[in-house]
Amino acid sequence: MMQPLTRISSRAVYLPEPNIDTDALFPARYLLLMERKGLGEYLFRDRRFLADGTPIAGFPLDAADAQGAQIIIGGPGFGCGSSREQAVWALYEYGIRCVLAPDFGDIFANNCAKNGLLASRMPASMIEALGAAAQAGETFDIDIEARQIRAGAITTALNVADNVRAALLNGWDDTDIILAEDGEHIAAFERLHRQRQPWLFEQTP
Amino acid sequence: MTKNIGAPRTLYDKLWSSHVVRDYDDGTSLIYVDRHLLHEVTTPQSFVALDQGKRTIHRPASNLAVPDHAVPTEHRDQPIADPLARAQTERLTSNTSRYGLELIDLHDPRQGIVHIVGPEQGFTLPGIFLACGDSHTATHGAFGTLAVGIGASECAIVMATQCIRQVRSKTMRIDITGTPSEFICAKDIALAIIARIGANGASGHAVEYAGPVVEAMDMAARMTLCNMSIECGARAGFIAPDETTFAYLEGRPMAPKGENWKAAVAYWRTLASDPGAVYDRVETIDVSDLAPTITWGTSPEEALPVTARAPDPALEHNPARGARQQRALNYMGLTPDTALIGIRIDRAFIGSCTNGRIEDLRAAAAIARGRTVAAHVRAMVVPGSGLVKRQAEAEGLADIFRSAGFEWRDAGCSMCVAMNSDRLAPGERCASTSNRNFEGRQGPGGRTHLMSPAMVAAAAVSGCIVDVRTMGSA
Ligand code: SF4
Repeated sequence: MMQPLTRISSRAVYLPEPNIDTDALFPARYLLLMERKGLGEYLFRDRRFLADGTPIAGFPLDAADAQGAQIIIGGPGFGCGSSREQAVWALYEYGIRCVLAPDFGDIFANNCAKNGLLASRMPASMIEALGAAAQAGETFDIDIEARQIRAGAITTALNVADNVRAALLNGWDDTDIILAEDGEHIAAFERLHRQRQPWLFEQTP
Repeated sequence: MTKNIGAPRTLYDKLWSSHVVRDYDDGTSLIYVDRHLLHEVTTPQSFVALDQGKRTIHRPASNLAVPDHAVPTEHRDQPIADPLARAQTERLTSNTSRYGLELIDLHDPRQGIVHIVGPEQGFTLPGIFLACGDSHTATHGAFGTLAVGIGASECAIVMATQCIRQVRSKTMRIDITGTPSEFICAKDIALAIIARIGANGASGHAVEYAGPVVEAMDMAARMTLCNMSIECGARAGFIAPDETTFAYLEGRPMAPKGENWKAAVAYWRTLASDPGAVYDRVETIDVSDLAPTITWGTSPEEALPVTARAPDPALEHNPARGARQQRALNYMGLTPDTALIGIRIDRAFIGSCTNGRIEDLRAAAAIARGRTVAAHVRAMVVPGSGLVKRQAEAEGLADIFRSAGFEWRDAGCSMCVAMNSDRLAPGERCASTSNRNFEGRQGPGGRTHLMSPAMVAAAAVSGCIVDVRTMGSA
């Protein structure tokens, strides 16, 4: 289901503002839409457009040289707040494949990994350097297989967990893997768990 | 099985290790999920994933669904007017019936916010791992539950496999000490903690709240405290279960009964951190001198004592922080260095999974009693569940609110997330008991000041932000 992601080569957009939350990424009122498709146009909606649809000048994603960028260099706490996966679906559909930041909202980072979007945590000083490279218009080259980022004069290691890397490279779906590999482990665990906390099984919740 | 072999363990260690199905080579673990709560907004796509994968639900009885986010809080006798909200609520009904999951629907007196309904029904129990497609799932940690918010994809994984893959968290203990003065409640403490450690300061950590102030708290206050854990970035927040917890749960519809109850309590008593257990980080907050705490900006970390003044970005050394402050002040329509007391409000909201319980309504009603909402303020009370609403009506709280000029509504998330018609107009300023003051959270352009229920009631009747401690008697 998920598109494999092996390599990204594009410009990057720098959004250093701390704590950009998932409400900013995807305002709640669009959560009433039940489709995953078509959400890209609501990305950062209220930062980019007034209520009547007039564009707001100056949002970095809308700069002329940011068009087609697949990478966001974010500030600390990127994606904090609500668990809404729409934030990730909207980023993905807009064309973003990678977010680099000093740290992330936990649920947001998990959601990225489930949708073929790389969220990688990097030291704050490196984020600043990469942000400067982004603003200088450098092309970023991110190799997920080799765990490497190159941007202008910078070459640095990409921080990505083994399981996330494998899922991205192969487009794996967690449910398939768990059902295929762990069915017996789950059954064995349930037998033990039922002995320890039988009330969780006997009581109809 | 609780023989104390080896090193002393934290409560997190116990909750985690009793749910590890297996450890993978890469440092992640497969974790067993005992209970899964669903609501209408984050699950439609989860069911699509189940449909497309032709999955079955591993243990249907471990799931409980309730619509809360998008539902209207009035005219419940009529069909939902907003076609999108109606479709989403109907989708939850059809999905749960197709897969054989229990649903508490809109017309059920038990309907309410998922994090209020779970504990109320005894669906939430100590010692379990609970997941929900909602970031405030940590609320359930008040029961000694390991409770985490997950995304829509993970909801589908949980339903199909009863498991999720997780990385073990680092552990943090926050000791709350001292003697809080009158009117200082869990909300003030939570905001003070977030202001201290930052909106993402507990990232990667599971937080255990402990200390004498926590031990003395009732379950409502503990839920408020745990609820806000996500606002400092924590993956989970929880409190060791004790007699207060057991007394709350005993006799709840879905709680264990008879011999099962006795066995459960015996097990639950083992769920405390061992003396000498080591945490990755320990913080202590003394709340003796804590003033009512409110937010001035657009992140929950931008909180100050109500007696303080909004910051002046010109005095901020870190340029990114200064820019952030300036942006927040602009958005909030505040000039630098404004006194918080006296800021005029347009709206007041009492409700949400943070402060929508009966105890919260009592605290607000105690201030509203015999007073009148200021003429320029529109104020509403939205009980956290239908049962809370019924209880408040029985206690006479609803009459107090109504005669003071508050709107008295049906249960739901309402103006916490502004997915229904309960929302701020652009530029409107709201004193709110909810948990997020993000830009646009209560409606595009809306301005939110987070505070406790008593403080919101005080602001509503005063027409501006006030210090509830100086209200005097009505
Ligand atoms: S009340 Fe607010 S925070 Fe709580 S579940 Fe509803 S929308 Fe989320």
